[in-house]
Amino acid sequence: MKKSLKVASIGRECVACGCCAAVCPRGAIQIPYGIIARLDEEKCVGCGKCAKTCPAAVITLVERREAL
Amino acid sequence: MRKDMPCCRDYTCRKEGGSVKKKRWSDYLWIVELLYLFLGLFNILFAWLGMLFFTIPLLIAVFGGGKAYCNRYCGRGQLLGLLGGRWKLSRNAPPPKFLRSPWFRYGFLTFFMVMFGLMLYSTYAVFTGAPLKETVTLLWVFKLPWQWPEVGMVAPWFAQFAFGFFGVMLTSTVLGIVTMLLFRPRSWCVYCPMGTMTQGICRLKHRKEAASYGRTSQKDSGASETSGQ
Repeated sequence: MKKSLKVASIGRECVACGCCAAVCPRGAIQIPYGIIARLDEEKCVGCGKCAKTCPAAVITLVERREAL
Repeated sequence: MRKDMPCCRDYTCRKEGGSVKKKRWSDYLWIVELLYLFLGLFNILFAWLGMLFFTIPLLIAVFGGGKAYCNRYCGRGQLLGLLGGRWKLSRNAPPPKFLRSPWFRYGFLTFFMVMFGLMLYSTYAVFTGAPLKETVTLLWVFKLPWQWPEVGMVAPWFAQFAFGFFGVMLTSTVLGIVTMLLFRPRSWCVYCPMGTMTQGICRLKHRKEAASYGRTSQKDSGASETSGQ
């Protein structure tokens, strides 16, 4: 899967439900300690599945830092 | 097959670097949720089994498992995901912002706990001699007369708790379905009292990590600035 110029960004109001981690095709999202979802940006391909699935709508796709 | 291609169309199957994760037994726990609701219709005493849905997430959170229950084992979440996702019953619209605000989430948790406390009080009242009320209260207001009680074999207080508890479970299921239809499939997870409580426990248990995640959640996701959804 080709990396896009976008990467997911998880907001602070994440409820740590794990929906994003379940749909991530790269296993880039984890929920350490059950506090908040954390993204491994190296693994993220910017497919946006997590943003579409997030029930709280706190995940957005943003420009990748190194792309600027 | 190329290494970076998904091996199948199943969203729970994650292929990366040759390792394939197939469906697990825990992916079928939605059946347990359905079974629970049906069993409650046949005999209200089965409502007591719902205590498992209350205690297991709390025990997992207290003993260091984080929100594994919400993430993997929540039958209700899976059921709503199936209805809204696979069966496409959900509008799939982002929920309103207030739904995810801590004020609403902790407010709803408080409200839910107060109603749970009132249910416990009515159980105590029956224990001390008040008559058994054979009704299930839906959405805290509507009293449904229950035609299939069959509670003669147990103490009245035991049956009263079952009526009250089934009302709590039915109410939360109805709320979950309504928000599933209106917003995203698992919108219930946003304000689920058990989810809020377990996340609160995890935050308290790991205060240092929670504080550092709060500071860096936007910064370390590779983002320069938000550019929309």
